[in-house]
Amino acid sequence: MKPLLYVRAESVGEAAAAHAGRPEARYLGGGTNLVDLMKLGVERPEVLIDISRLPLDQVEELPDGALRIGATVRNSDLAGHPLVRERYPVLSQALLSGASGQLRNVATTAGNLLQRTRCAYFQDVGKPCNKRVPGSGCGALTGVNRDHAVLGHSEHCVATHPSDLAVALAALDAVVELAGPGGGRTVELTEFHRLPQDSPDQDTVIRPGELITGVLLPPLPGGTVSRYRKARDRASFAFALASVAATVQVRGGVVRHIGVAFGGLAHRPWRARRTEAALLGSAPTPEAVARAVDAELAAAVPLRDNAYKVSLARDLACEVLGSLTART
Amino acid sequence: MEASDRPREHSPGPDSGPADRGGVLPPTHSRMTLKVNDTVHVIELDHRTTLLDLLREHLALTGSKKGCDQGQCGACTVLVDGRRVNSCLLLAVAQEGCEVVTVEGLAEAAGADGDLHPLQQAFLDRDALQCGYCTPGQLCSAVGMLEEARAGQPSVVTDTDRPTDAPVRLTVEEIRERLSGNLCRCGAYPHIVEAVQEVVVRDVAAREVIV
Repeated sequence: MKPLLYVRAESVGEAAAAHAGRPEARYLGGGTNLVDLMKLGVERPEVLIDISRLPLDQVEELPDGALRIGATVRNSDLAGHPLVRERYPVLSQALLSGASGQLRNVATTAGNLLQRTRCAYFQDVGKPCNKRVPGSGCGALTGVNRDHAVLGHSEHCVATHPSDLAVALAALDAVVELAGPGGGRTVELTEFHRLPQDSPDQDTVIRPGELITGVLLPPLPGGTVSRYRKARDRASFAFALASVAATVQVRGGVVRHIGVAFGGLAHRPWRARRTEAALLGSAPTPEAVARAVDAELAAAVPLRDNAYKVSLARDLACEVLGSLTART
Repeated sequence: MEASDRPREHSPGPDSGPADRGGVLPPTHSRMTLKVNDTVHVIELDHRTTLLDLLREHLALTGSKKGCDQGQCGACTVLVDGRRVNSCLLLAVAQEGCEVVTVEGLAEAAGADGDLHPLQQAFLDRDALQCGYCTPGQLCSAVGMLEEARAGQPSVVTDTDRPTDAPVRLTVEEIRERLSGNLCRCGAYPHIVEAVQEVVVRDVAAREVIV
C-alpha cells in the first residue's frame, strides 16, 4: 500500500473540494471493498477523503411517499428499517442475502453501488485485465469464467457486478443522487452502471470527483408484492451466481405493474424489460411467465464455463414470479 | 499479558511512528484518540494502519486474530461502538473517537472481576473450539449478533411477516446464518451453535422472569 493522506470531510462541499484536481483521491465510506483492493494493489490512492461521517445517514420519507436513503446509511440499518421492511421487502432481502453481519454493519449504501467486480483476474495484479489496466487484455475471456457474465459482455470484459442491493434497486426504479464539482444531478439506477463495451475501466457513469449523496425509491403501486432470490455456491456469505429481484401487482387476473432485474449475469444489474413487456397486461400463467423469462434470456451468450447460469436464472425468475403472482 | 499489567494510558512505543523522533507528524500520519476496552489511547499512526494491526502491533492486544486479512474469515471481529465489524478492513484513523471492545474486554464488559463473559463460559462448557484461532472472532461476533437479534434486526432467514421491533427468536437456522461471517477450519460449528443457543436460552429465561 502506498503512503497516503487522509482527510475527514464534514460536509459534501468540503468532500468535493478536497477531491478537486486530485485524480488519485478516493472517497472512503465503509471501506470494506476499497481497503481490500488497496491491500491487493488494485487501488493505489494517494489521498483518502473520509465521507463516512457526512450527515447522509438517514432514511427519510418524502411528501410524495418516496423514500430517500442517505449515501452513508449502513447496509444492516437499511435492511432493518421498518419502512423498508414494510414497503420494499425485496430490498431488505437483497441486502440481507449479501456479505456477512460484520460487513453489513460497515458497508454503506453508496459504497455498495460503487463496489468493484470480484472477478479473480481483476483482483490479481499479475493477470491481464482491461478493467484494471486498460489495453492489457481480459484474462477471464478464455480463462476460468464460471462466475462471469452471460449478458451484455464484450471481448474486452466479461466481469459481473457483485451487488445484491443494486439488483433490487434496479427492479424498484430507484434514482441515484449525485453531487460534484459541476453541481448536483440524478441518474436512474438502471443507467448508473455501464456495460463494459470497449471501456470496462468505467464501471458507472459517475464523473471524476462526483459522489453519491443518496438514493431515491419511488412509491410502489398499492398491493404490489416483491421478493429477492439468490443462488450461490454455499448457503450464506457468498456472491450471487445468479439472482432475481421482482415486484409485481396483479389486479383482475392480469399484471398491472411489474419490475424484474437479474444479478450475477452482467456488468450491471440486468433489468428484464422484455420479461416485463411480455407480462404487463397479461394473465401470469406459468406458461406465460416462462415465455416472458425466456424472451429476456434469449439474448444470453454463455462463455465456456457458465452456460449453467442461463437455466439457473430462468428457474429462479420463474419460481419468484410464480410465487409473487400467486400471492397478489 | 494479564489485564492488570496493561498500561491504562498508552504512550507511543518505539514502533509508533516518526513522531518520536521529531514531534511534527508527516502528512501521511495522524494523531488519534481511541478507547479500547475502557482505556483511552492517544496514538500516532501511519494512515495505512488497519484497526487490527493497531490493536495487535501497537497495543499488544493479540486476541484479535489475522486470518485472511480480507474480511472473509471473521477471526479479526471486534465491536466498534457496540457493532461487530471486521477490524482488518477498517483503517484505524477513520475510527477516531470510537469505542472498541476486543475479546480481551469481553470479560470486563460482563461485570464482576474474574468472571468470563457468559459466551466465553458457554464456549468452554460446550467445547466449542479445537485449535482456537477463530474463537476470539466467534465470541465478538456472537456478542454483537445477540444484540442485533434482541433489537429485532432481521436476517435473511427471518420470517418477514413478524413485527419489526420484537426480538428475533434465534433458532439454529438463525444462529448459523447470522454467524456465517466467522469461519472455523476445525469445523467446530455444531458446538459453537450449541454454546450460543445455551446463552440465548438463559437470556430468554431471564427476560421472562423479569417480565
